[in-house]
Amino acid sequence: MTQQQTAGPPSAGHADLAEEFLDRQTPLSRIRNILHRYPALSPAIVLLIAVVVFGILNERFLRVENLSLITQQVAVVGTLAIAQTLIILTAGIDLSVGAVMILSSMVIAQLAVSNGIPGPLALIAGLAVGLAAGALNGFLVTRFRLPPFIVTLGTLNIFVALTLLYSGGSTVRGSAMPPVLTWLGSTFPIGPVRISTGVVMMILLYVVVAFILGKTAWGRHVYAVGDDKEAARLAGIPVSRVLMSVYLAAGAVLAVGAWIQIGRTNAASPNAGVDLNLDSITAVVIGGTSLFGGRGSIWGSLLGALIVGIFRNGLSLAGLDVLYQTLAVGILIIVAVSIDQWIRKVKS
Amino acid sequence: MTMTEFAAPHTNTREPILKARNLVKTFGRVVGLDGVSLDLYPGEVLAVIGDNGAGKSTLIKCLTGAEIPDTGELYVSGQQVHFKRPQDARVHGIETVYQNLAVSPALDVASNLFLGREERLPGLLGSVFRMLDTKGMRRKAKEELTRLGISTLQDVTVPVENLSGGQRQAVAVARAAAFGSKVVVLDEPTAALGVRESNQVLQLVRDLRDRGLPVILISHNMPHVFDVADRIHIQRLGKCAATITPQSHSMTDAVAIMTGAAKA
Repeated sequence: MTQQQTAGPPSAGHADLAEEFLDRQTPLSRIRNILHRYPALSPAIVLLIAVVVFGILNERFLRVENLSLITQQVAVVGTLAIAQTLIILTAGIDLSVGAVMILSSMVIAQLAVSNGIPGPLALIAGLAVGLAAGALNGFLVTRFRLPPFIVTLGTLNIFVALTLLYSGGSTVRGSAMPPVLTWLGSTFPIGPVRISTGVVMMILLYVVVAFILGKTAWGRHVYAVGDDKEAARLAGIPVSRVLMSVYLAAGAVLAVGAWIQIGRTNAASPNAGVDLNLDSITAVVIGGTSLFGGRGSIWGSLLGALIVGIFRNGLSLAGLDVLYQTLAVGILIIVAVSIDQWIRKVKS
Repeated sequence: MTMTEFAAPHTNTREPILKARNLVKTFGRVVGLDGVSLDLYPGEVLAVIGDNGAGKSTLIKCLTGAEIPDTGELYVSGQQVHFKRPQDARVHGIETVYQNLAVSPALDVASNLFLGREERLPGLLGSVFRMLDTKGMRRKAKEELTRLGISTLQDVTVPVENLSGGQRQAVAVARAAAFGSKVVVLDEPTAALGVRESNQVLQLVRDLRDRGLPVILISHNMPHVFDVADRIHIQRLGKCAATITPQSHSMTDAVAIMTGAAKA
C-alpha cells in the first residue's frame, strides 16, 4: 500500500497540503487506514490468535480431525453468511436467510421423497424456492421502499409458517432421499484428512462470489449502492435493479445452503436452524463487514464464521460450559462492531 | 490557449451549446420556474445566482434531466432534446456535479471516476467473465487528473473518504470533466469548502473553461461568482431577472437585482 506522501512529489504550490497529509499519518491512523483498506484483516488476526490460544489450551484442538470437524460445523452458517454479506453490503439486513434455507430444503426433500421427483429436479425446485423468496424480499424492498429489516422480519415468519404448513411439521430422513440430495454430506480423503464435499461447495461459492464482488462492475455497484444510495443513483447506477439482483443472488446461495444443510444433518427438518439467521449476521459482523453497508469483504465473513466455530469448539474442548461460548460470541460481536465504528472514522 | 480566445460571447452570433426556452415547472400550486430561458455558449462560465426559492435548483434540475419541465424547450447543439432522467442528459454530454457530491466514500478515486461506466478487460476475460479493467481505469484516471492539473490527487487508489473536501470536489469535477463532452454543471461546488480549497475548485473551473468546456456554476457566493463567471444569470421569483456580466455590473448591483431592489 502506497502512502500518499510517497506516491509522488507534490508540486510546490501544494506543499502545505502535503504537510497536512504527513500530519495525519500517526501510527494509529496508519493502522486504521490499513484495516480500513483490508476489511478481512482484523478477523484474520482474531482467527490466528484464537487458533494459537486454543491450540495451547488443548492439544486436541489442532488435530486434523478436529479442524476438519470445525469446517463441517461451519459449512451451513458459512454459506448463509455469503447471502447475508451480499445484503448487508447494500446496507440491508436479511432476517429470513435461515427460514428461506429451511423452506428450500423441505421442498427439495418432500418433492424427492413424497412426490418421487428425481433428485436433480428437486434441487432445481429448491433453487426456484430460493429465487422466489429472494424476489419477494427484493420486490418489497425496492418497490415499496420498506426497510429490509422489516421486510425480512415479515417474510421470516411467512417462510417459517409456509415450511410448517408444507411439511406438516415432520422431518424427512436422509436415508429415504435420493443419494444426490445427501451428496454434500459425504466426505473424501486427501492424505490423512477427510474433506467434506459440503465444505468444498461452500468454499467454491465463496470463490465465485468473491470474484463477482471484486472483479465485476456489478460487484462494484453493490458496494456503491450500500455506501451511498443517492450518490450511486446520481452516478447512473440502476439502484433498484442492483438491489433486486442482490436479493435474487442471495436466494440462489440459500438454495445451495439448503442442499448443504440436508447433507450435513442427513435430514430435512422444518425445525432446524431457527437461529441460523442470527448466526449468519454474527459471522458477517465479526468478519468486518459494516452494517451500514458499502464496506466489507466476503472472505471476512468466512473468517467470521470460522471464528465463531473455533470459539465454540475451542471453549468446549477447554472444558468450559456452553454458556461461556455464547458469552464469548456476544463479546466478539460487540468488539467487532466497535472496531468497525472506529475504522469508519478514518477521515476526521 | 489564451483567455481571450474563449472570452464570453455577448452577441448571439455563435450557436449556444445548451439552449433553454420558456421552461415552466410547477409543483402543485407552487411555481418553481415561470418561463425561464437560458443560453450557454462554448467556452464560457455561466453563473446562475438567486435567492433561496428563486428557482435555481429547479432550473438546473430541468437542464440536467433530474426534473422534467411542464412546458418549454431544451436544445443541445441546436437539436431539441427531452430529458426524462439524468442519464439522458449524460448521453448528450451534460455532466453534473451535485451539491452533495455524489461520490462513493468507500470506493477509491479511480473507481469513483468510472462509477456507473466501468470498463471491462478486452477479450474473453471481459466479455465472458465480465472482469473489470482495474489497472486500465486507474491509469486513465491518473491521466485525466494530470490533464486537469489536479496535482493534489497523486494516488488514485485512495478511498475518497480519506480525502479533504476540496479533493473530493476535485474528484467529482474530474468525473464530470472526463465524461462531460459538452457541458459541466456545478451545483454549489464551494459551499462546503474552506478558502484555499475553494480557490482550487475555482481554478479548476477556469481550467475547464480554458479547455473549451462550458460550465454552468450555481453559487451563493458572490465573490466566487464574480471571480470566475463570464456571464451571470440572475433568477428571481421563478424568472430570469437579468443576465449580466461582471464587467457591466457590480456585486451590489447583482444583489439588488436578486432581491428585487433594482431592475436590470
